[in-house]
Amino acid sequence: MAEVSVRKVVKEYEGGVQAVKGIDLDIADHEFVVLVGPSGCGKSTTLRMIAGLEEITSGEIWIGGDVVNDVPPRDRDIAMVFQNYALYPHMSVFDNMAFGLKLRKFPKDEIKRRVDDAARILDIVPLLDRKPRALSGGQRQRVAMGRAIVRNPKVFLFDEPLSNLDAKLRVQMRTEIKKVHQTIPTTTVYVTHDQIEAMTLADRVVVMNGGVIEQVGTPQELYHNPASRFVAGFIGSPAMNFLPCRIQDGANGGLAVRVTDSIIVPIPPARVDRYGAYKGKEMVLGIRPEHLFEHRDHGKPGWTRVDLPVDVVEPMGMETMVHFFVEGTPVCARIDPATHAAPGEMLPLTADLNQMHLMLPDTGRVV
Amino acid sequence: MADGTSVPIGGLASAKSAGRKTAMQKFAQRRSTTGFLLCLPLILLVACFVVYPAFYAIYLSMLNKKMTAFVGLGNFQFLLKRHTFQLVIFQSCLFAITAVVLKALLGFTLAHLMHNIPGKNQKIWRGLLLVPWVIPLALSTLTWWWMFDPSYSAFNWVLNQFGFANVPWLGVGWIARFCTIAVNVWYGTPFFMIMYLAALKSVPEQLYEASAIDGANAVQKLFFVTLPMMRNIISITVLFSLITTFADFDIVRILTAGGPQDMTHVFATYAFQVGIQSGDIPLGAADSLFMFPILAFAAFFVLRGVTKRTKEIAA
Repeated sequence: MAEVSVRKVVKEYEGGVQAVKGIDLDIADHEFVVLVGPSGCGKSTTLRMIAGLEEITSGEIWIGGDVVNDVPPRDRDIAMVFQNYALYPHMSVFDNMAFGLKLRKFPKDEIKRRVDDAARILDIVPLLDRKPRALSGGQRQRVAMGRAIVRNPKVFLFDEPLSNLDAKLRVQMRTEIKKVHQTIPTTTVYVTHDQIEAMTLADRVVVMNGGVIEQVGTPQELYHNPASRFVAGFIGSPAMNFLPCRIQDGANGGLAVRVTDSIIVPIPPARVDRYGAYKGKEMVLGIRPEHLFEHRDHGKPGWTRVDLPVDVVEPMGMETMVHFFVEGTPVCARIDPATHAAPGEMLPLTADLNQMHLMLPDTGRVV
Repeated sequence: MADGTSVPIGGLASAKSAGRKTAMQKFAQRRSTTGFLLCLPLILLVACFVVYPAFYAIYLSMLNKKMTAFVGLGNFQFLLKRHTFQLVIFQSCLFAITAVVLKALLGFTLAHLMHNIPGKNQKIWRGLLLVPWVIPLALSTLTWWWMFDPSYSAFNWVLNQFGFANVPWLGVGWIARFCTIAVNVWYGTPFFMIMYLAALKSVPEQLYEASAIDGANAVQKLFFVTLPMMRNIISITVLFSLITTFADFDIVRILTAGGPQDMTHVFATYAFQVGIQSGDIPLGAADSLFMFPILAFAAFFVLRGVTKRTKEIAA
């Protein structure tokens, strides 16, 4: 078990392309950190640099209090689970799991004990004699995790381990990974492009974009207090709605958000001080679909009624997605499935502006 | 046709002909039939140029020298008792096994070196190293013959420069044996290299990364990842090369013609000498047929291993 630190790490490929642009990250002992972001954001490169599979152009990586920049992967005492599992096809499940221990010259009975323990945790005891080709995707993923667990390393690294599984199995394996981390609380760095995986697994989520870290925080922090438009749009599904707006004077000395001529909604008094400096400026209003409700005349302070024409209705069972257009900008609301909303009809909506976010249109920074 | 009782437009007669057509079409459309028909030209070629000559050789090998009387296995028994033929068996095995082992080792080493040369340069080196393989063997062997020549030998010239005496490259039994093997290795190594290079490129990079994290050093990666992943290609290449090397004719014929004192003869050159030059075609046929059981034995074990591993590994 160990803490991991990434200090001003840069990765530049031939031709001057920077995949990672000087990131800083401290991961505490036992912590489960998820690096999330779109393709090409540098998350896998960062993980591979921690693993030692990619050289670092500049900066430092610390594992367990030591700089490991020049330490080869085999001496970093880490274990990694790959997207394609990377099981040795010519070895049985037992040998796959035991390989790392055999190379480190563990005694035979110790190897057997550790492999059996890991197999029990992962529920793969009956598979130990099989070859990887005789396993399903989920079983292969378990074996890959088993190979990591038996070594009892300082750090677990997961590189999009669930990407090759079907949706149902992915949810199941996600729970398994969480359970394994609860049983064996090893420091874990997990890379994914799936924000739901990130939110459900992580103690802390690191959102990356274009080779830099956009925000680090707990899943709740990222959801409720995104630092930028990118994070606000990336975390949450369906994504947050973004509407161009202007801040103007409202009733009783307050402020209001003017989205269109007909949609001018008062800003909750608690936020007036915070947004006062942006009065008269063009801004972007961010509001999540789940903070738009069908209006039922029982609004709370900060809830404002808006009537919009329905474009598309998507019933999902436990909720219904309703899509609108506000002056050409698409807007989605997640509303009660008992709704009578129908395409082409007007639907009265309530927006919970206590949950609104206001962003600068140029930098995307949330104010 | 939803009710299932409708007949095609045109009445009963056309329905009958349609029925016949369907049977013909069914026959033609059966996958095995189509497959057989498509393979037929090849089957005929193989029958003409492989099966017929093979059986004819077996028939010939059981005749007397004048080809007038059936002698059964007499030719084979005669050959086995003959000292020269015992030398031929020994030399053929020595030649084929040594050459194949050396080609495999050198090819593997070169493939590894090649694999680690980045991008464009790799293509250049690959092209250069393939040259021995693409030059017609008879021509390149003639060049080697000149280089081994007792009077004008390029090798001897180099040796002389360093103060060493001339070496009779093709004039002394064991040295001549070494020379024939060396030329075969020179010629055949590029084939191994290119096959192994293709195999190396097909080993998933993630297996090396996983083994690096598991704690493997370069040698351990070679033995625990590369070699097991390449075993099938290595087996097939070795078998293929064993067959062609065993049946080699050009190199020995041009370099030594079997000499000195028949010490470099292999099955093919000896069959040529006995059958064509000495006019005993049945004995030559018997000689060349000796290759068959040896190669069949090797092929059986190699292919059995390949099939077993393919079943194990194929995902």
